[in-house]
Amino acid sequence: MLAVENLSVSLPMEGGRVPVLADVSFALARGESVGLVGESGSGKSMTALAIMGLLPPGAATSGRVLFDGRDLLAAAEPELCAIRGRRIGMVFQEPMTALNPLMSIGAQVTEPLRLHLRLGRAEAEARARRLLARVGLAQIDPHRHPHQLSGGQRQRVVIAIALACGPELLIADEPTTALDVTMQAQVLDLLGELAAEQGLALLLITHDLGVVSATAARVMVMYAGRVVEAGGTGAVFAAMAHPYTRALFAASPHEAGGRPAPIPGQVPDPQHRPPGCAFAPRCPRAQRDCVATVPVLSPLPFKGRGLGEGSACGASAASPAPSPPPSPASGRGSHVAACFHPHPAP
Amino acid sequence: MRGAWRSRNLLAGGAITALMVLIALVSLVWTPYGPTQIDIVHRLATPSAAHPLGTDLFGRDELSMLMAGAQSSLSVALIAVIVGAGIGVPIGAFAAARGGVPDDLVMRACDLAFAFPALLTAVMITALAGPGAINAMLAIGIFNIPVFARITRGAARGVWGREFILAARAAGRHDTAITVLHVLPNIAAVLLVQATIQFALAIVADAGLSYVGLGTQPPQPSWGRMLNDAQTFIWRAPLLAVFPGLAITFAVLGLNLLGDGLQDLLDPRVRRAR
Repeated sequence: MLAVENLSVSLPMEGGRVPVLADVSFALARGESVGLVGESGSGKSMTALAIMGLLPPGAATSGRVLFDGRDLLAAAEPELCAIRGRRIGMVFQEPMTALNPLMSIGAQVTEPLRLHLRLGRAEAEARARRLLARVGLAQIDPHRHPHQLSGGQRQRVVIAIALACGPELLIADEPTTALDVTMQAQVLDLLGELAAEQGLALLLITHDLGVVSATAARVMVMYAGRVVEAGGTGAVFAAMAHPYTRALFAASPHEAGGRPAPIPGQVPDPQHRPPGCAFAPRCPRAQRDCVATVPVLSPLPFKGRGLGEGSACGASAASPAPSPPPSPASGRGSHVAACFHPHPAP
Repeated sequence: MRGAWRSRNLLAGGAITALMVLIALVSLVWTPYGPTQIDIVHRLATPSAAHPLGTDLFGRDELSMLMAGAQSSLSVALIAVIVGAGIGVPIGAFAAARGGVPDDLVMRACDLAFAFPALLTAVMITALAGPGAINAMLAIGIFNIPVFARITRGAARGVWGREFILAARAAGRHDTAITVLHVLPNIAAVLLVQATIQFALAIVADAGLSYVGLGTQPPQPSWGRMLNDAQTFIWRAPLLAVFPGLAITFAVLGLNLLGDGLQDLLDPRVRRAR
């Protein structure tokens, strides 16, 4: 249903155009949930904005974003307005700021219903009440304003708005980051439930690998504007091939491991990306060839695993042939990574 | 609401402004004497029971003229602010929504307009277009346009950067609808405060124009005209200059206090600090 093909985005900044996304490809089928993981600045949110056609002014794009066969990058604004909120819903990171402070929550849930479905006032209000009840806010008076609600309640309102018109795709950009831990699980469960119930595709953007493992069937790890590892959540978690994925995992708190180990250094500034593999300066396994060329995503031919498990870490990958962009038909679950020296399978 | 009562500025400003408006409204149906009623026998009378503020050089009742003057001054200022805001706010909102070249053009045009001394140009406009209340309203209003355009644009840019605007765009709203539904309500407080301040400035401008004879035309009384008339008799009847001067001062003071008070009331940061 959604196919992102070789998406590259560059933004105008002082000193010229700066690439923020490079050659991002993935596909999302109806009812499928995919997690997009990476640190801040890795291009996760930019990917979401590109799909929504909400990139900052002056952004230059190449590649395609096919939604039901229509290239959204080439679509005109009126067409995009008809798709946004109607067929693609979006949940934002900050429930504190994603709602208009001056409008009642009821009015904000009603807005997309009246805009896209052209419902009358009474009908829209009845439906808004049902939506609020569905996201667990049955007890909340729709006349309340955002500041009278807790963070978790507000995020539920944001979810109700995103789902109001029954979209086919839901993009959730860090939906739990601003919530406390107990709320996080509840909101994730709700998102999972709703996705399953309405058969919608879910693109879940997060920096938290735990969130992905709990919710998404497939995972893509992004670093510095590129996808560095992708595959079925189970396969990737069982054999994290890219050093960045491992570092990200080690940096997040999890039940089994001890203290989280921070990744040394920072995500490179898009204006000063290192040549070759962007992760090389922070990578414990980096070798000389890592700074020479950019590794491409390639299948990981791990021992004991069938074909289709792959890594794009160049040195170990016997076959240097880059994988074609995963298509909805063939790419599902194939484990790929972009690294010359990936971690071997356990 | 408790914050409102704690703000003395708001209370004092609101009371003075309300009183001015009330006086202006009452003058439409009742004044102690006809504001244009000449009584040469009792000209330049000092305040007395019959004429609480005395009479002017034609024997007209000073209090009645002040009341009618309030009505003409406030209506000129009000229309001027409406003209300025009515044109300036959409221009500023448009510039903020578009950004880029249209934004730059609008802002440079505002800079150009600010390069003209407002009152002098208003004098020039009324001198060219002919004196009168309507032309005074337009002349003062024109110079309110860039003020409102600039403040709207600045405040709206701030709102455009907030996440709920992105959320509204992600919900499929057009820029125009977002401006009306989400941006303008969120900057209404700023605009209201600016409108009170511009209102005060417009009263001064109107007094200036009618003082030099280019504003409201006689026999309709106006505060600026009354000051001019009083000038000739400043030694014989100084109070004739004092009363319209006080009226202008109070109107401006009241509006400025109201603007300050509103700003404090509507700005949550200041409110919390108190």
